[in-house]
Amino acid sequence: MANVPEDLHYSKDHEWVRVDGDQAIIGITDYAQNSLGDVVYVELPKPAESFAVNESFGSVESVKAVSEVFTPVAGEVVKINESLADEPEKVNSDPYGDGWMIRVRMSNPGEVDSMLTAAEYEDFTKAETE
Amino acid sequence: MVDFGGWDMPVQYPAGTIEEHLRTRNHAGLFDVSHMGEIDVRGTDAISFANRVTSNDVTKLIDGQAQYSALTTPQGTVVDDLLVYRISADHLLLVVNASTTDKDWDWISSQKASESVELKNVSADYCQLAIQGPDALKILQQLTDVQLAEIKYYHFTQGTVNNTPAIISRTGYTGEDGFEVYAAPNEAEQLWNKILETGKFGQADGIVPCGLAARNTLRLEAGMALYGNDIDDTTTLLEANLGWICKLDKGDFIGRESLVKQKEAGVSRRLVGFEVTERGIARDHQNVVVNDKVVGQVTSGSPAPFLKKNIGFAYVPIELAAAGQQIKIDVRGRLVDAQVVKTPFYKRSR
Repeated sequence: MANVPEDLHYSKDHEWVRVDGDQAIIGITDYAQNSLGDVVYVELPKPAESFAVNESFGSVESVKAVSEVFTPVAGEVVKINESLADEPEKVNSDPYGDGWMIRVRMSNPGEVDSMLTAAEYEDFTKAETE
Repeated sequence: MVDFGGWDMPVQYPAGTIEEHLRTRNHAGLFDVSHMGEIDVRGTDAISFANRVTSNDVTKLIDGQAQYSALTTPQGTVVDDLLVYRISADHLLLVVNASTTDKDWDWISSQKASESVELKNVSADYCQLAIQGPDALKILQQLTDVQLAEIKYYHFTQGTVNNTPAIISRTGYTGEDGFEVYAAPNEAEQLWNKILETGKFGQADGIVPCGLAARNTLRLEAGMALYGNDIDDTTTLLEANLGWICKLDKGDFIGRESLVKQKEAGVSRRLVGFEVTERGIARDHQNVVVNDKVVGQVTSGSPAPFLKKNIGFAYVPIELAAAGQQIKIDVRGRLVDAQVVKTPFYKRSR
């Protein structure tokens, strides 16, 4: 069973958001990393780039496939996880911690309220698996 | 699980593609390749018939020897690549790709002329397990009386494995030493489990079951073409660097005339191996760009887990096909530097 921390917000594209004041930390879920398999490459945007909600901000590549990652909330990138360039496997080993991807300053912090809760996301992935 | 030529096949097992790949290079991997098709060719003209529909020289085979070859079209392009097993002078077994088995069967059947030969699609009569890697011999040896060390590369013998009759072939699609075992399909599960148990599956240096993704990365590192990606009925054998299985002076065969002409004129494009020299992973179907012009296409592109590089195959114009040539790959809009290199990318130390 995939790990789904209570205190995060989730998207149907399998990203998570951790709110920190007016900023949001974004990564992909345990369920997502598990379905992808070994992550070998992560492409991230540059700081100061801005993204609308549900816009592709980068990609995660396993040996077999490329998957785009989307911003569940709009905002400007203030920081990216540069360590993923050399250690993309952190996305597998610690998707909610060291495997985080970007930190954005949210243009509309209210957007997280329309995201899924942990319980809702768990139901969503269950339905997707069945 | 994914659909693969009508078969439900695992992309990877729980170990994951990278571990499956590395374990096969360092110890052993087990592949269920029962999806491969088998076609029986029997009769006094078996050899001459096979020699006419395939590009390599079947007359050079002795009993118990296998040969990599291709079914060719009149244009010298590829219907399929295959292994030709000579069981005896009047009995050959052709092992073909899963997704092309029906097409191959129709093609081969339609080529039968006045030869005294009986063809039979026996794909459903065999399971095939490939045990590959430096430990393959010592694992499989525990399950058979056949002296495996005496089977030479690209040779085979008939014996028993785990007390069940089998063809044991020293062949594979990984670039490693190893064997492919053909047996009755109802023996597959027991044979699979027995090989895993004997190979100490679960231990750090034990065998692991491998899925389609590792099969692909292993063959790519070893510089082997994949039908449907790197070769098909639009690519000639000479363009695909498979001149070594084109025996143009063996006598007539389907496609020979076209291939002779192409050899005289020279090919205008060639399948080359390349390495990405900056960050980025080339993928199937991406464009190859030189001097701002699209000059070709990636036919297989992937990370290479053992070499820890990003590599691929692409068709490029012949003037850009020499090792060292700088090219760019259009990776979803970003032009990534790459360089043509010699293949195989990986060669095991013997």
